[in-house]
Amino acid sequence: MCLGVPGQIIAIDDPAKLVATVDVAGIRRKVDLSCIVDENNPPESCLHAWVLVHVGFAMSRIDEAEAEATLKVLHEIGELAVEREAMLTSEVQ
Amino acid sequence: MKYADEFRDSDLAHGLAKAIAEQLDALGATEDNPIRIMEVCGGHTHAIFRYGLADLLPKSIEFLHGPGCPVCVLPRSRVDDCLAIAMKPNVIFATFGDAMRVPGSRGSLLQAKGDGADVRMVYSPLDALTLARRNPDKEVVFFALGFETTMPSTALTVLKARSEGITNFSLLVNHITIIPTLRAILDDPEMRIDGFIGPGHVTMIIGTEPYGFIASEYKKPLVVAGFEPLDLLQSLHMVLKQKVEQRCEIENQYARVVPNSGNAVARKAVEQVYETRAHCEWRGLGDIEQSGVQFNAAFAAYDAEKKFSIHNASVPDPAECRCGDVLKGLAKPWQCPAFGKACTPEIPLGALMVSSEGSCAAYYQYSAVHNEALEEARKAKAS
Repeated sequence: MCLGVPGQIIAIDDPAKLVATVDVAGIRRKVDLSCIVDENNPPESCLHAWVLVHVGFAMSRIDEAEAEATLKVLHEIGELAVEREAMLTSEVQ
Repeated sequence: MKYADEFRDSDLAHGLAKAIAEQLDALGATEDNPIRIMEVCGGHTHAIFRYGLADLLPKSIEFLHGPGCPVCVLPRSRVDDCLAIAMKPNVIFATFGDAMRVPGSRGSLLQAKGDGADVRMVYSPLDALTLARRNPDKEVVFFALGFETTMPSTALTVLKARSEGITNFSLLVNHITIIPTLRAILDDPEMRIDGFIGPGHVTMIIGTEPYGFIASEYKKPLVVAGFEPLDLLQSLHMVLKQKVEQRCEIENQYARVVPNSGNAVARKAVEQVYETRAHCEWRGLGDIEQSGVQFNAAFAAYDAEKKFSIHNASVPDPAECRCGDVLKGLAKPWQCPAFGKACTPEIPLGALMVSSEGSCAAYYQYSAVHNEALEEARKAKAS
């Protein structure tokens, strides 16, 4: 119910009414920008941005640097565990 | 899909599962005395089953499926309220699809539609507002269901309706808030929880600060998580790392979407339109104080409860349902006598069987029931 999906803003249809078009895995629909626009982030700044879409509203801008950082940690934990297992199970005896 | 596929890598998932197994060993967790982690959000419950994460992990970890599915905790009486409005002449009743099949004491919205009520399934509250614009001679009522994630969307839709002077539009509000309910669960003497996977999209709105009491007062770790399989595994790893290091903190694994401060613009819209409701009924959990919102006086004109003189009257859950025990993690879905018999996804008796985020529907759909039932039988035979 709290489902949100990542999508990319591909057009700002009406900057005054904060209406844009978002592409979610090939599906295009109108999306409301109210929650991601403020005095420092005008509607125009949303073009090409990746956003989290929930029930017709862009609820958050997706932070690319944070996504990269999370993936980096994931790789470190995941690969380290495999490496450790290889060391522990190495059949040298 | 960008920002999704990267978090579904199967090799990495296996690596993470190994790292988690090591943590569980370090904590001395066993099958008979597992570490118990509650995933609060129904979206996480669904993901755990869909991606088979429980099968990937040792039995020394147990997932408790929390109350974070608004459809699952929707009480029968509220469905009755929906039907009372939907059956009125000249009404178009619009709802998210999730709520269509939830049974009330006199049937569901889907059955009401079959009986001739004009019930429409919509994707967004904005679509309901469009219905109101296109049908000026009808009363359009939207069923505003959901947690903090969804509240800004309905608040902003009402603000839009007011700015356009649309008066044939109202909301039946059943928005609920997660914080008072988490406190109620933590205060329940029957509950034993070692840590929490926190709801990602609720936190995108409210921020991480409101969870502070879980660490400071109840000494439990909570990690806000994304919804892809690697997100969940990493969050679990973070919770267990806290346990190993004997820390209790609120951490955020889902920083790509969730700023720690949440979304102030969205909260402002919610505060403008809604106020705290003194009491809110949750299916299976009962009445929880201040666990929901209602329209404030300035927006009374958009309140369907007032417009249609709805006076909510509590209705008990069906006697055979064990939704409450399942919601609190005190019983597994298949331990309910109605599970898979009187209650199936096709003809649900309890709400946990309705939504794909409900743990009963997840158990039923992903056949975990068969494995666990077999396991239970094996244990019974052995003892």
